[in-house]
Amino acid sequence: MELFKWLNDQLLRMDWLAWLVRVLVEDGFGMDMASRTGASLHFFIYDVIKIFILLAVLIFSISWVQSYFPPERTRRILGSMSGFKAKLTGALLGTITPFCSCSSIPLFIGFTSSGLPLGVTFAFLISSPLVDLASVILLASIFNWSIAIAYVLIGLVLAVLGGTLIGRAKMERYVEAFVMHNPVLDIPQEQLTRRDRAQFAWAQVSDIFTRVWLYVLIGVGIGAAIHNWIPTDWIEALLGQENWWSVPLATLLGIPMYADIFGTLPIAEALVGQGVGLGTALAFMMAVTALSLPSLIMLKKVVKAPLLALFFGIVAAGIVLIGYLFNAFSYLFV
Amino acid sequence: MIIKILGSGCKKCITLSENTQAALDNLGREAQILKVTDIVDIAAHGVMSTPALVIDDNVVSVGKVLSAAEVEKLLCA
Repeated sequence: MELFKWLNDQLLRMDWLAWLVRVLVEDGFGMDMASRTGASLHFFIYDVIKIFILLAVLIFSISWVQSYFPPERTRRILGSMSGFKAKLTGALLGTITPFCSCSSIPLFIGFTSSGLPLGVTFAFLISSPLVDLASVILLASIFNWSIAIAYVLIGLVLAVLGGTLIGRAKMERYVEAFVMHNPVLDIPQEQLTRRDRAQFAWAQVSDIFTRVWLYVLIGVGIGAAIHNWIPTDWIEALLGQENWWSVPLATLLGIPMYADIFGTLPIAEALVGQGVGLGTALAFMMAVTALSLPSLIMLKKVVKAPLLALFFGIVAAGIVLIGYLFNAFSYLFV
Repeated sequence: MIIKILGSGCKKCITLSENTQAALDNLGREAQILKVTDIVDIAAHGVMSTPALVIDDNVVSVGKVLSAAEVEKLLCA
């Protein structure tokens, strides 16, 4: 146990880095860690370096796993199942697939045209941006393991439940006609060598890095501001635990934003540090990652308004519900 | 011959397009290389993972940055 705790503190939470940055801020810049500027600077430098290290390591390893599950294979696996099992597998496979909402269109068309039920496709589409292995490790690093595991389980439940509800609603007629008539391509799988996989994983790292580094800087910047500059009273008045509206408000604030989990976590971390409920912070995070204006605009190209509205409504309601649940039971996790 | 590279403009698609050009040069053949970047157009080919290579409307490879040698093989097939 001692060893596990040490590994956790050093590898995941990177206590060594916190210490190094403290030395840099105090001795290098001659600033007091108790001062606002010193503390903000420490938060900023430490979080940026930590997130970039985790991002590189995690994306590389996940992409490696992912290279064994290209969409064609996922489709074949899901096509061989039905009912609850198919939706659960869809949600699980969603956790090891691309993080980018831009890939949701080809996946949606490819899955639907091959005859996969809408419920299974949506279970996959909900879980894909919401829960991935990287977010688990990041949550464990910033909060702790029980929160990370609870987040994944609840994210999977939301995906399966959302998929099931959408499947029940018989919404097939609200899928754009061209999707159903799209050719289904079944060409033999490319054989990947170990070198191909490493190349693929490395390309993913550099791809995602160039796409998100700015969001990470902005996210950590906002986090540092929340942490030390915005008065706690204000944040509590807006998003405090005793307001019933804080969870829906956090969800609403998060929806138009488009960032991935790497940029959002520092904000959630700072919010929790300022006394905002864990559920409220997680609701904000889920809203940013799972629902965003750009991805909704993309989806609008392939589905008609009623189905889009149902998808949006179910996910938003699910996030709010999860927020309340986490707030109510957060004493179990901290 | 018309060759299409499907992909949303990432680095991988650019590399694939360069490799394809190199393959054509090596074989001494000429072809028009078109880049398809619109996500709906890409999906209309039935492709789910990019980059993908299309030769005369046949999708011959998906989800892999082929080397020039691999493209040559596909061009001769």
